[in-house]
Amino acid sequence: MSAIAKLFKRKQPTSSQVAKERLQLVLIHDRVKLSPDVLERIKDDLVTTISKYLDIDREGLQITLTQNKRLIVDMPLRERSARKRSG
Amino acid sequence: MPGKVITITSGKGGVGKTTVTANLGMALAQHGQRVAVVDADIGLRNLDVVMGLENRIVYDLVDVVEGVCRLRQALIRDRRVNELYLLPAAQTRDKTAVSPADMIQVCEQLRREFDYALIDSPAGIEQGFQNAVAGADEVIIVTTPEVSAVRDADRIIGLIEAQEKGPGSLIINRLKPDMVRRGDMLSTEDVVEILAIKLLGIIPEDEAIVISTNRGTPIVLDGRSPAAQALDNIARRIMGEDIPMYQPAREEGFFSRLARMVRGGD
Repeated sequence: MSAIAKLFKRKQPTSSQVAKERLQLVLIHDRVKLSPDVLERIKDDLVTTISKYLDIDREGLQITLTQNKRLIVDMPLRERSARKRSG
Repeated sequence: MPGKVITITSGKGGVGKTTVTANLGMALAQHGQRVAVVDADIGLRNLDVVMGLENRIVYDLVDVVEGVCRLRQALIRDRRVNELYLLPAAQTRDKTAVSPADMIQVCEQLRREFDYALIDSPAGIEQGFQNAVAGADEVIIVTTPEVSAVRDADRIIGLIEAQEKGPGSLIINRLKPDMVRRGDMLSTEDVVEILAIKLLGIIPEDEAIVISTNRGTPIVLDGRSPAAQALDNIARRIMGEDIPMYQPAREEGFFSRLARMVRGGD
């Protein structure tokens, strides 16, 4: 790789950075004993409940657990219901 | 004053618990403390060979618990230092031969006779581990800078806290400063940040450990090697001395880097 190409190449994270991020993520799940399977069931229940009131995009739903143990639900609305809400 | 019972554990196997136990016991004895090291890994005993005392075993921990002999009779004196004794594990039994209540009783006796009793825990989180921590006043967790070992250490820390033995303190073993510098190994800071417990010491990777284990001569006995120094520092911290933390991975300065470039090598 030429020096110029190297200059423009996006810096790859080091393997220790990758290790740290992976560890932090897996430990969040270990610490609160939340398996991927349970997370899926939470998603289903959320969709069932919210769908009674809003038209949500099941595929776009994301649940993450942050390092300081906060559960963040990101639930996109479908276009139609978003418009309905503003109107 | 009653002595202190300290359990050395890790969750994951092979991170150096036994080596750390043998050397901390030896180092504490070198500093004039009365010390007992206890192998709690029943069925897989190893502390005896690491210490080079394997040929002198008569009785073991299970014999003490079952009343076959008295504690004093089972303790093997290490003649290389003044007051160091080994209580070996049974090799032909399994972990169910001892209960946490038994261990609490043994620890009670050890506290009366020694300044420090170091208990080498088996790997895992089952009964062997539960036995090893049952009678502990303090717990030391050994880990290496690898994802698997750190994950298991986190699990152990959780279990210890649940038993109100916590929070424990941490030893990071087998750190390779060069790899940390290159960004290819978790650093001390990374591990401490992830596990969020007190750091007791850092032991660099050191070939001299393999050689000392081959010979059954704990490295602190003959040594100024980096690992021997790190282990001695940890022993002194256990005794309450304020020893600055070894910093193997500190960023290389501009001038030393320049000097290295001029020399044209690493």
